[in-house]
Amino acid sequence: MRPFSYERARTPADAAAAAARTPGAKFIAGGTNLLDLMKLEIETPPHLIDVNGLSLDTVAPTPDGGLRIGALVRNTDLAADDRVRRDYGLLSRALLAGASGQLRNKATTAGNLLQRTRCPYFYDTAQPCNKRQPGSGCAAIGGFSRQLAVIGGSEACIATHPSDMAVAMRALDATVETVRPDGATRGIPIAEFHRLPGDTPHIETALEPGELITAVTLPKPLGGRHIYRKVRDRASYAFALVAVGAILQPDGSGRVALGGVAHKPWRVEAAEAELPRGAKAAAAALLAGAKPTPENAFKLPLVERTLAAVLAQAKG
Amino acid sequence: MDPLADLDMTRRGLLMGTAATVALTVGSLPMPARAATGEPAPQPVASPVTATVSFTVNGTAHDLALDTRTTLLDALREHLHLTGPKKGCDHGQCGACTVIVDGRRINSCLSLAVMHQGDRITTIEGLGTPDKLHPMQAAFVKHDGYQCGYCTPGQICSAVAVLKEIEDGIPSHATADLTARPRLTADELRERMSGNICRCGAYSNIVDAITEVAGREA
Repeated sequence: MRPFSYERARTPADAAAAAARTPGAKFIAGGTNLLDLMKLEIETPPHLIDVNGLSLDTVAPTPDGGLRIGALVRNTDLAADDRVRRDYGLLSRALLAGASGQLRNKATTAGNLLQRTRCPYFYDTAQPCNKRQPGSGCAAIGGFSRQLAVIGGSEACIATHPSDMAVAMRALDATVETVRPDGATRGIPIAEFHRLPGDTPHIETALEPGELITAVTLPKPLGGRHIYRKVRDRASYAFALVAVGAILQPDGSGRVALGGVAHKPWRVEAAEAELPRGAKAAAAALLAGAKPTPENAFKLPLVERTLAAVLAQAKG
Repeated sequence: MDPLADLDMTRRGLLMGTAATVALTVGSLPMPARAATGEPAPQPVASPVTATVSFTVNGTAHDLALDTRTTLLDALREHLHLTGPKKGCDHGQCGACTVIVDGRRINSCLSLAVMHQGDRITTIEGLGTPDKLHPMQAAFVKHDGYQCGYCTPGQICSAVAVLKEIEDGIPSHATADLTARPRLTADELRERMSGNICRCGAYSNIVDAITEVAGREA
């Protein structure tokens, strides 16, 4: 690990200002992803700003009947929150399908959104990777790509976003609240928060340098059946090959978002009109334009079958 | 004099020497590739930075001045000489380093020591002693919940915290009804213990040990 200086921030605005002062500085909260990457010198921040003391660790109702989730609410606490379990079951289910008990105790809501890909070529510093070292090339294309993206990728990158929680947030139309170094605040719709790789796969979110996530808000509950179905290589503690997060209403309408298939949680609102016609039609609309590799083409039928299982569960 | 103690000192001295050599070698490597995120280029810090931190381990207060890079695991093992928490993968994948911080289990390898100001930390050494085993330690012995023993301190810290999590009503991936209290079943225990890997494969005996302690406490 590279040496770094360290400070504990007192307020969100101070934290953002501190980040703007030190080029390359990083916020650290749970640290479960950042420290992993620092040990491998994939991340080499010269300065860490510890944001754990910012009192952003509560879940509170919003005036319009939704929930405001502090950026530092731990994954364990968010999954266990009574309101989340009752009204946003999809979010609880997605959180509980991710990582391990130890990691969920540390990992935060904001950090989960910002976690980086587990593409093996991003992790292997001996290999070219446009995300790790812009312009160096992509070893994943033509390489071992079984886990990687089947849609939304580019000639520069076929990495996937690893989060389960973000898939639920996308289906729930969450908003990411932030503060910038000048103290200005804004809300970023989750649909615009994560980016597709294009020719700049190293730029992963809409956040500007120094911008700090303070909360994630959820609109009022949608009702319906909340189902998160994750397909992975072992029964627990593994990243998704394919994940389907769905909120389904009794009349057959609903929302669906996918994990494990793209550089961001994958949702196509127009495809949701096909849900009453069944998994085959909906999956085809969701995955229109997919460009899988020979190694991960299995994900296309796997999405359809997983969605079929979800639709059957909703009716059962 | 105990010849094994002498041997242990020699081995430890050798390891420390090796670590120092590695540190020098790493320091002389060329600059790594920058993980760019659209931000200005980081200005590398040339030399190690020291920071102070105070926390309590197994009831004893400690004030430490540490290289900021020191993980909680390394602070416990190398500075406080509590070698119960083990370094398995050092990347949060195996759970051998599991300790309990303010009542919650975490991977001590993925946490910086300086981030634990004021925390109360419990390692396997704080759960029980050879003369007075914690019930979970006794149950692991009784049910043969280990073979080589390397993952065992982490397994036991995790298991103690798992029972507390179930008691506190925290759901898991194996919980059928999110709005009901989680039940204490083998499926629940297996899911909740999935962050602790045992290469010897003692899993079924580990489940038996935890189940017995849960029954005793219920």
